[in-house]
Amino acid sequence: MTTIVIVGAGPAGVRAAECLVAAGCRPIILDENDRSGGQIYRRQPPGFVRSAQTLYGTEAAKAEALHRSFDTLAGKVDYRPGTIAWGLHAGVIHTVKAGRVDRIAFDRLILATGATDRIMPVAGWTRPGVFSMGGAQIALKFQGCVPGRRPALVGTGPLLYLLANQYLKAGVTPAGVFDTTPFRRQLRLVGGLAWDPRTLLIGLRYRLELVRWGVPVRCGIDPLAIEGDPAVTGFVYAKSGKRHVIACDGVALGHGLRSETQLAELAGVSFAFDRRTRQWLPQRDEEGRTPLGTVYLAGDGAGIGGADVAEIEGKLAAWALLHDLNAAVDDGERTRALRQLRRAARFRAALDAGFPWPHDIAARLDDGVVVCRCETLTAGELRRVAAEGAPDLGRAKALSRIGMGRCQGRYCGSACAEILSAALGCDIADVGRLRPQAPTKPLHVDDVEASL
Amino acid sequence: MSVYDTIIIGGGIMGCSTALHLARAAPRMKIALLERGLCGAQASGVNFGNVRSNGRPVSQMPLSLRSREIWSRITELLGVDCEYERTGALKIAFRDEDLAVLEGHVRDARDGFGLAVEMLGSAGLRQLFPWIASGAVGARHSLDDGVANPRLVAAAFGAATRRHGVDVRENFAVASVSHSGAAFSVVGEGGAALVARSLVNCAGAWGNLVASSFGEAVPMQALGPQMGVTEPLPFFILPSTSTVNSPIYFRQVRRGNIVFGGGPRAEVRPDLVRHYSLPENTARHAALLRSVAPALKSARVIRAWSGIEGYLPDSLPILGPSATTPGLVHGFGFCGSGFQLGPGVGAVLAELVLGGATTTPIAAFDIRRFAPAAAQETRA
Amino acid sequence: MPLSFRVDGREVLALEGDTVLTAVLLAGIRLRESEFGDGPRSGFCLMRACQDCWMWTDHNDRIQACATFVNQGMVLSTRNPELT
Repeated sequence: MTTIVIVGAGPAGVRAAECLVAAGCRPIILDENDRSGGQIYRRQPPGFVRSAQTLYGTEAAKAEALHRSFDTLAGKVDYRPGTIAWGLHAGVIHTVKAGRVDRIAFDRLILATGATDRIMPVAGWTRPGVFSMGGAQIALKFQGCVPGRRPALVGTGPLLYLLANQYLKAGVTPAGVFDTTPFRRQLRLVGGLAWDPRTLLIGLRYRLELVRWGVPVRCGIDPLAIEGDPAVTGFVYAKSGKRHVIACDGVALGHGLRSETQLAELAGVSFAFDRRTRQWLPQRDEEGRTPLGTVYLAGDGAGIGGADVAEIEGKLAAWALLHDLNAAVDDGERTRALRQLRRAARFRAALDAGFPWPHDIAARLDDGVVVCRCETLTAGELRRVAAEGAPDLGRAKALSRIGMGRCQGRYCGSACAEILSAALGCDIADVGRLRPQAPTKPLHVDDVEASL
Repeated sequence: MSVYDTIIIGGGIMGCSTALHLARAAPRMKIALLERGLCGAQASGVNFGNVRSNGRPVSQMPLSLRSREIWSRITELLGVDCEYERTGALKIAFRDEDLAVLEGHVRDARDGFGLAVEMLGSAGLRQLFPWIASGAVGARHSLDDGVANPRLVAAAFGAATRRHGVDVRENFAVASVSHSGAAFSVVGEGGAALVARSLVNCAGAWGNLVASSFGEAVPMQALGPQMGVTEPLPFFILPSTSTVNSPIYFRQVRRGNIVFGGGPRAEVRPDLVRHYSLPENTARHAALLRSVAPALKSARVIRAWSGIEGYLPDSLPILGPSATTPGLVHGFGFCGSGFQLGPGVGAVLAELVLGGATTTPIAAFDIRRFAPAAAQETRA
Repeated sequence: MPLSFRVDGREVLALEGDTVLTAVLLAGIRLRESEFGDGPRSGFCLMRACQDCWMWTDHNDRIQACATFVNQGMVLSTRNPELT
């Protein structure tokens, strides 16, 4: 019996599971959440009865379809919710669930680990009341909550406009949308998305809705500070050389997404630097195969593509896996999926061009800005070790503790790379990356003890 | 071709300390230090951080004491605070039969070498260190052992070496070494060639690459000792702590994290410069941590790491002149206990390079102890 | 269904299905203090990644506030109850 493990039960993981079950397999699915859907289609707790339309807006049909698909797999998969995969070595994945550690020797592994927000820090971002953009969305979808009565949305990316509209629907008027991308740069989206009028129209409608409700939308801003005492009281930014202060009592902060690649790295997948998104990404072929032969990648965890792409990649990875096990795969479906994937790649390229990661801000951050929130380390500290002799992130980590904290650099890694390369005046690829180490998520001493 | 008086291979603490001592003793000397990656990136920078003399074999004590004197002025030597602190060290016994071993250590160290070390009974232990699990029957408590932060120490040695005018070449992988009769020649993978009258082999777990070039390979095995660290907790554990019979050692840094290490050692790939931390080791260490310090039950482990270290069959290093090639000296294979010795090893190797002799007894570390019996006789 | 629990000795009201993070923040309480003296923290990512919402239980145990539902009568602390 071939043991197949899928890590993640978001769009990629669910679709992969579905294809494997259709071929007669019974995959083990490790889901950190208590219910399937991933972060994007996060399901509300049992007993909550808000409609899909309320929760997922324009994407309601997709969310419902994914949830339905997963529910029909009940009994046909070994679903393990609330399970963290914290280690991976030599074909064995190490998990912890409800206070017990466990290990699973796998023959084949599909990593559908998703993404977290990519953050460019700003003075005051550790204050109570500041949440990541994705976190703010989860608060809304999962708990019906908004950070404050007048939250400011700061960062860049389509999520800013989506979330602002979700807030309006929930009866909350945001203090404003503050986008680091200049408006003229965003206009590239119009050209890039010309072939996808639905998405373009949705984006346009979001903007108009904000105008209609009088929500300020400021593009091309430089975030300066989130003020508070200590909870958030205001957001300070610069635009066209002028300083502005806006009163707000919460902030959603995010500059796009970054892939959760820790398990791929521990598995031994090789990485390459992706110039367009300025991230290190695991290497795979179009169908998700890695050179390791036993490990497949799908969805945002292998490179940000969004939920639709994740569903396609989930299927492709499962089919690739089945094909490699000499199982029959419908070539027509596979070809169709590949075609969809190539079309979607154009969409992603347009989004990346229209809402770029604002890497240039890193060089301008004040020395006092906290970059690593786990260890409370500042941009100045990172620049100090750069001057002392840290030619890459590994040595900067050793000298400064940057990225050594509980989150293992998930939230500071992108910014640290930019700050260091700016300080050294070297290419961003030359500073390398913070290497993940097991446990990729904190492991309770107690959980281990209980299981021995 | 660049000409030097001495070439040192390896930019760990051993190599850097050698360079530093040479540069201070002979300021006109032209010294090159070659390091495959960044100085201190391997075992020197990723070890546990014990600065401990107690519990070592008697043969290592003179070297350790020499090193201890250098540690006492390490901040001055390196010009940067490396979190060196005399925290004291505990080795705890949970079985009565283990007490005799500890008492032997205490006698050796206190009576033989004048170290401040004492035995604590279970009551004394409980009074001084109430966080230790019940069941401890006693401990060796050494007052002047301590700890330092290897990440900082190893990098600081590299920086200090460079400041002293040594030609430190990082990212320089050695392709070949040879001796022409008059001089040593070292060629890098990039093609650069260096020559010198003397050569120092401080290549750590890779020390055999040099030693075998001169016909004196030793039976060294490269393995990965594994460490880990918890999230920061309120500070409550001062001494660096280990036990006699379980493979766990730990200490708390002033920021609050518990740093720990233990067995078993993992497989490594020195050829690829790769090491792996094994999740099952982390789980085992976490459980052992709690068994010694129950208050750590609620702590969370946030990282684990390993490194590449060279181990010899008798757990003693190779330190001293080459048996085959005049002008070559070795200092490698420290078997997981080189961090404390490093500064002293550099002082000894510098003496050997400059005058061919050292005031510190190092006979036990002679490379000839692994040579075939016939070869040993010939030399004798 | 309304529930109640305690944080640092203070009674906090919540609804069934509320996460600890939601309930604690709605009550105007912070989740934890930074170990390094730069003030209170109240979570950030809400998806178990940032590790900035860990609280203590009365059993000297830990919970991740964003991923733990409120239980009737649970007793929580924003600080380590034993090691301080």
